[in-house]
Amino acid sequence: MKLIFEKSAAGRRGVRTAPTDVPRISIRTDLLRQEPANLPELSELDVVRHFTELSRRNFGVDNNFYPLGSCTMKYNPKVAEHIASYPGFADLHPLLPQLRMGGMLTQGALRVLHEIDLLLREITGMARFTTQPLAGAHGELTGMMIMAAYHREQGNKKTTVLIPDSAHGTNPASAAIAGYRVVSIPSNENGVMDIETIKQHLNDEVAGLMLTCPNTLGLFNPHVKDICDLIHSVDGLAYYDGANLNAIVGKARPGDFGFDILHLNLHKTFATPHGGGGPGAGPVGVKKKLVPFLPVSVVTKRDDGTYALQYDRPKSIGYIAPFYGNFGVVLKAYVYILMLGKEGLRRVAENAVLNANYVKEKLKGHYRPAFDRLCKHECVFTISQRMAQNGIRAVDIAKALIDKGFHPPTVYFPTIIAEAMMIEPTETESKETLDSFIDAMIEIAEQAENEPEKLKAAPTTAVVCRPNETAAAKNLNIACS
Amino acid sequence: MVIEGLLYTKDHEWARIDADVATIGITDYAQQMLGELVFVELPDVGKQCAGDDELAVVESTKAANDIYAPVAGKVIEANDELEAQPELINQDCYNAGWICRLQITDVKSVESLMDSKQYEEYLAGL
Repeated sequence: MKLIFEKSAAGRRGVRTAPTDVPRISIRTDLLRQEPANLPELSELDVVRHFTELSRRNFGVDNNFYPLGSCTMKYNPKVAEHIASYPGFADLHPLLPQLRMGGMLTQGALRVLHEIDLLLREITGMARFTTQPLAGAHGELTGMMIMAAYHREQGNKKTTVLIPDSAHGTNPASAAIAGYRVVSIPSNENGVMDIETIKQHLNDEVAGLMLTCPNTLGLFNPHVKDICDLIHSVDGLAYYDGANLNAIVGKARPGDFGFDILHLNLHKTFATPHGGGGPGAGPVGVKKKLVPFLPVSVVTKRDDGTYALQYDRPKSIGYIAPFYGNFGVVLKAYVYILMLGKEGLRRVAENAVLNANYVKEKLKGHYRPAFDRLCKHECVFTISQRMAQNGIRAVDIAKALIDKGFHPPTVYFPTIIAEAMMIEPTETESKETLDSFIDAMIEIAEQAENEPEKLKAAPTTAVVCRPNETAAAKNLNIACS
Repeated sequence: MVIEGLLYTKDHEWARIDADVATIGITDYAQQMLGELVFVELPDVGKQCAGDDELAVVESTKAANDIYAPVAGKVIEANDELEAQPELINQDCYNAGWICRLQITDVKSVESLMDSKQYEEYLAGL
């Protein structure tokens, strides 16, 4: 396919503007560009065809199964999109509630922000939420800044944060940007962090712990409550990374385990669109003693039943995002939660876990499971010994899935499993879809063991087959012409 | 491939000890696992490290990995060639692909390292 610049023809125009009747003014020559801007010249039809062609090459969950582990690529119900497009929401100016009398014109939107706070409190067992963070990692940084603000207030001199070796890379990055030194805690033979290892690393320097539970191996840590207690014993704070909440939503509450701070990925668990730029939303919830540190503003409900933004919060960590976060995303998650209700959310967790275990059981004779026991919402495989002897790697399996019409699972993560393939089916997939994915995976496994050369050529049906990833990383060229 | 005479860590770093200087790199197993390297972040000369401190970062198209100091010491030299040619680690991890040299400040920290035989046994158990 040609670039839009390559389709350009000199002098071609999509729109011709009427002659101007505004008097010309002269602009200082040093402010004018020396050469005309390099812009493509095309007709409207050329542009429409170009972008329509590009859109048909996109792959999303609306096309087919998308088992990208730890990303929770579930279906995004269209009713939430519909409601978020109502002019009363979509056309609101974000400055409106801050203008005189503007608050009364935005009561509906403020009520949504207030009520999702209440709903998320009930789901997680936390005392209060901010919906401002614009994505999961932004939520992590907000949470770690709250952790730092708490220790400053307490007069604590804390320098380190404990993070398991199976964590998402964003955890150590967030802790480091918040000013902490990261101590990586190895997983035990069961794939989780154990009490004894925590004890070895526990001292007065420990500001807190960041934990994803279930972790990126899809395993729930049975000692999670004791781990939180241990962290509290040195006046540390326990941070829950909500990336994998889909496995336990409606069933168990991180606040009850003992976590003090958490973020949720609304674009994962609460079914708002993501991938390819999102946008996401990463609300942060805290326990009561940390509420004063939440970012400004927060929405409050006044005695007369109206809603207002509150800015007078002297201990707040301040602004972490413009306005109120990705409001449209928050609104879609609000619709999703109300639509499912308490019973529906429980069934999300039940079916997400059931689907992952179904895939694991069906594939475990063909690929090696990283841990062959009950998993939560995702399962991790690695290649068989025979595949390894044939020179097959996880990336070859992933590429072959593209030819079968599926999006590949996450590969090479978590990094503690060699040649990892991390499959998260989510609850929204039918048994028929799972079965067709399983069949494809089994066919690929047979090919990997018996006809490895064929597999190394995959994908053969894609527009771009095997880009040279090393060259792309080393000789980055993002110039448009 | 494991080389006799070098010392090894469980995180797949190697150290060549020459009097009080340790030359550091990553093992053949590590470079195979990472695949083709695209970037190496070298430590600053003069940096003081305790054993197990982060020393450098190696990045492939699969993952970015921290390299930990196998011994306690002060960085006296880094292999600048790797900035332009990270693939030296893939081609010759035990020689041209060395990462940095440390002036050993704690001789005891050397004792916890594995010899080539122990490291081979460790690899067999993975």
